[in-house]
Amino acid sequence: MLNKLLGFIVKRELLKFLIFAAILLLIPFFFEGGYLLNILLFVGIHTMLAIGLNLLLGFAGQISLGHAAFFGLGAYLSGILTATYSINPWLAMFMAAVVVGIMAFVIGFPILKLKGHYLAMATLGLGIIIYIAFNEAVDLTGGPSGLSGIPNLSLGHFIFDSDLKNYYLIWTFTLVTMLLSINLAHSRIGRALRAIHDSEVAARVMGVNARLLKVQIFSLSAVISAIAGSLYAHTMTFISPASFGFNFSVELLTMVVIGGLGSIYGSFLGAALLTLLPEMLRAFQDYDIVIYGLLLILMTMFMPGGLVRCFSAFVVAAISPKKPEGGKGSA
Amino acid sequence: MQLSEQLAQYLLSGLSTGAIYALIGFGFAIIYNTTSIINFAQGEFVMLGGMISVYFLSVLKFPLPLAILAAISIATATGAIFERLAIRPLKQATHLNLIIITIGGSILIRGLAMLLWGKDTHAMPTFSGNEPLNLAGATILPQNLWIFGITLMIIIGNKLFFNYSITGKAMRACACNRTAASLVGIDVRRMVLFSFVISSALGSMAGIIIAPLTMTSYDVGIMLGLKGFCAAIIGGMSSGFGTVVGGLLLGILESFGAGLISSGYKDAIAFIILLLILFIRPQGLFKKAETERV
Repeated sequence: MLNKLLGFIVKRELLKFLIFAAILLLIPFFFEGGYLLNILLFVGIHTMLAIGLNLLLGFAGQISLGHAAFFGLGAYLSGILTATYSINPWLAMFMAAVVVGIMAFVIGFPILKLKGHYLAMATLGLGIIIYIAFNEAVDLTGGPSGLSGIPNLSLGHFIFDSDLKNYYLIWTFTLVTMLLSINLAHSRIGRALRAIHDSEVAARVMGVNARLLKVQIFSLSAVISAIAGSLYAHTMTFISPASFGFNFSVELLTMVVIGGLGSIYGSFLGAALLTLLPEMLRAFQDYDIVIYGLLLILMTMFMPGGLVRCFSAFVVAAISPKKPEGGKGSA
Repeated sequence: MQLSEQLAQYLLSGLSTGAIYALIGFGFAIIYNTTSIINFAQGEFVMLGGMISVYFLSVLKFPLPLAILAAISIATATGAIFERLAIRPLKQATHLNLIIITIGGSILIRGLAMLLWGKDTHAMPTFSGNEPLNLAGATILPQNLWIFGITLMIIIGNKLFFNYSITGKAMRACACNRTAASLVGIDVRRMVLFSFVISSALGSMAGIIIAPLTMTSYDVGIMLGLKGFCAAIIGGMSSGFGTVVGGLLLGILESFGAGLISSGYKDAIAFIILLLILFIRPQGLFKKAETERV
């Protein structure tokens, strides 16, 4: 009985994912506009970042206000290794991911002993320290003027130098990340993470190695962000510290909160919304900070589950059979 | 300049910025003690203090004392509005929600400041002239003396208020145990409002007295807020002696670090100190470790 139920859930999730993937992979055929493709490319990168943060924040309940730093570390490591030391870009991406993963693992142990506000402040501080390092280590990173001359990724003779090719490259990575995260969410580890979120002490009593698991998910989240950073560096061929500061960490947080904590598709929704919105509101460019602030406050007050839960609640309410009026309700 | 003169200079400027960090730290501590919330928007009240006084001074041409009064009143009103609209409606909010809301609030205030006053840095005239004074080989401006004096007055005022006035004692009661406090007739919601009002007033005062020295712009709030938080953490979130020591310590360490090691990494030094304190002794230097009920 339980096996059949699990099988049904798994098949449904898989189907949902395949439809989603198919739609995303077919979009370029319907929309010829180069500009839209460029935006969707960034939606892909932001979705990957949002999923990384969501694993940490939505599932495990550990707040991180410095995630832009891991994004930046991946981008700068990839950029420096390829532009300054001419290392193969794929190898550089792998090296960057490993280094960031190890860094996050090592710093995760002390930092994840903290909870709530203290963890938030600590991650904020960490993010700012790394941002300052980007700006000050001018010999390595080019400082505030940025790092240019980063080569595109390539497979043999096929160079990923156009928006269309990068779109597929990035979305391949993002869809794989989504699939792996959905799988993680439905696994024993996903349940353990949610248990930690609910009550860490209770989870430990049940045998979950909370300390190790939190650090592992922190590491995984950092690695995902670093890979997104590498992809960003090779797509843009130019990076500067401005993209990796506190403001971007807040943007990521907003994406995750708006989309729905703990929902992978929610991360996509949040990322898409927050990438498309500034483009649509070009005329109101300076208002973006105000809008983010308002969005954060209003969403948390009125829709704490995020847009995804709101949609599904709405859909459920719309299609459920209405109760009969009056007292004679039986039969 | 000889080394001893340099060191004296670092010490004095460190004490000066440290006093500011202590004032900001008070703001964090007061709200935290009454409500268990860390108000991420605290730094923005500091920013508002400086920016609003600059606005009243240079655009509306108010005399200095009136401009300062106006700035403190408006910042305090903002704090009260923030509490009413964003904090009070959330009775059952989780930790995470509160953090996100206060972050949202801080972004909102910062964004509005940017829309109203632009992204430029603004200078504010000092309170009593620019004649530098000589003290043990180091030069300080009269503004530094104002900072020390006003901070001292605020510390004494704090001590008197929280220890000898009914409202102050009521707020401390809320910090100990909210339910018990409301059982003895204290209006806890009013105390929460008061704590925000006092914190925003203190924050804006800190912003006003530092603005003549460091210039002010719409985004000074983040850094100052974080450093004030660091001071409060070192002091164990106390609204008294501990935070003062925390702030002064932070200011001095930062000043020496900037002078002796590297000035570009000055902010990083402050945050490294924050991280170290959080890792090694999160209850601050002066408190015993607390146990948590599960």
